[in-house]
Amino acid sequence: MGAHDVAVLGVGMHPWGKWGRNFVEYGVAAANDALADAGLAWSDIEYVAGADTIRNGYPGFIAGATFSQALGWQGNRVASCYAACASGAQALNIARAQILAGFCDVALVVGADTTPKGFFAPVGGDRPDDPDWLRFRLLGATNPTYFALYARRRMELYGATRQDFAQVKVKNARHGLANPNARYRKEVTVEEVMSSPTVADPLRLLDICATSDGGAAIVLSSMEYAKRHTTNPVRIAAISTVTPTFPQTVIEMPNFSTDSSATVAPPEIGFKDAIAHAAYEEAGLGPEDLDLAEVYDLSTALELDWYENIGLCKQGEAERLIRDGDTTVGGRIPVNPSGGLASFGEAIPAQALAQVCELTWQLRGQATGRQVEGAAVGITANQGLFGHGSSVIVAR
Amino acid sequence: MTKTQVPAIEGWFTTDPERPALLGTRCTGCGTYAFPRASAFCANPACPSTTFDEVELSRTGTVWSFTNSCYEPPPPYISPTGEFEPYTLAAVELANEGIVVLGQLAGDTTVDDLAAGTPVELVIDTLYEDDEHEYLVWKWKVVD
Repeated sequence: MGAHDVAVLGVGMHPWGKWGRNFVEYGVAAANDALADAGLAWSDIEYVAGADTIRNGYPGFIAGATFSQALGWQGNRVASCYAACASGAQALNIARAQILAGFCDVALVVGADTTPKGFFAPVGGDRPDDPDWLRFRLLGATNPTYFALYARRRMELYGATRQDFAQVKVKNARHGLANPNARYRKEVTVEEVMSSPTVADPLRLLDICATSDGGAAIVLSSMEYAKRHTTNPVRIAAISTVTPTFPQTVIEMPNFSTDSSATVAPPEIGFKDAIAHAAYEEAGLGPEDLDLAEVYDLSTALELDWYENIGLCKQGEAERLIRDGDTTVGGRIPVNPSGGLASFGEAIPAQALAQVCELTWQLRGQATGRQVEGAAVGITANQGLFGHGSSVIVAR
Repeated sequence: MTKTQVPAIEGWFTTDPERPALLGTRCTGCGTYAFPRASAFCANPACPSTTFDEVELSRTGTVWSFTNSCYEPPPPYISPTGEFEPYTLAAVELANEGIVVLGQLAGDTTVDDLAAGTPVELVIDTLYEDDEHEYLVWKWKVVD
């Protein structure tokens, strides 16, 4: 056990879907479930860290205060943070720092979102200074454009096939069948994925995750505090929220271009590798210690990239893992036993927290119908716009 | 009436009919290239420079990866003809600057015409039009 561990006392989620209600409702429902899971009352919480949603107006930008007010003002301290897809992990990291610094013993972390239909669009208005706005205007480059560039790159470099990508969806759909919080609980076949309409070649509609409503919450405490409330709690062994290192030579959303590698050589460890690498370093663990992983399958092909980024195999070998069934529950190293984004769709500020919720249930042996036997160490990984990424290692 | 041709964004590229080029910058301190242009700070963390020379970037490069867009994106995307037609996109490694730049493909080029390493060159093409103007943008064209 590390000196910087904190305990996960409780986790809760509002089921993912397209419910069309206010995001605050999902956050409060998830928070109440997490409090009940922890055996604590709202009045026990000293600190609230909120993961912001940028598409739900002002209350979304100040999520910490918004959720605190919805649960009932009680004078707790708050923080709010936006970090694209990594928002939830950064909120978790803020709460962890408060606990480890001794400013509080127990904190609540909440993220929730309500999403529109279809492609994610940039913030509205005429804003030519914002690359996220400009990429739509000048290039018509949507998020799937970037996912597809990475997918095609795998095909060109490593001989990945559309069947390989489809197989990831088939696996995750099967994993999500028994997950009560998953939005889609239906098996799909390779043929169904491959015959779904092309969105951004080589990716089909069923290769790309949907956008969803949902909420997730975690009650975090010091190990001392946890000892008074439970035995053998699941603990957070690492939270990585590193930025890229110059020059970042892989084109990333929402950019038009990469950094230049003309004067400074690219770093030895690329950005997505570095996200997990920093988490392993912090935890004093490595890929060989893992029992499972929850990774950000914005597209099926991206899940294959993550196998390599988190060190499950060497570069160019991920296709072999999916073909051999290594990453299926029951296989060598199950990935996305929750069903992943393929079964959930993305609720941005809640998603990184949902990954930690799943690992917690898995490590407690409570993941009914999708349980990874004997799970003791798990990792999450995600990445989003503007150089944000996160990785959390959860251990028992 | 002939429409006036204007860049869809000011200062990102030249519209020379023979040899159009992307306009980037080269840091006066460390030589690092940037596109879009750097103006206040250098991306190189070891470089404190705040001055940059405008430079025309390589007009040619090779395809890093490619895709297409089969559904109309949300605004602020504007369809060139009013009726949505799928288009092809490529991320291109410029010949000399160590930069990958995204762009649409000009003309009827489809994903079937491309592979990693395909040589391309920069052209200027219409992005969309209104009653008075034709708005221009850079695109990639496969080198014959």
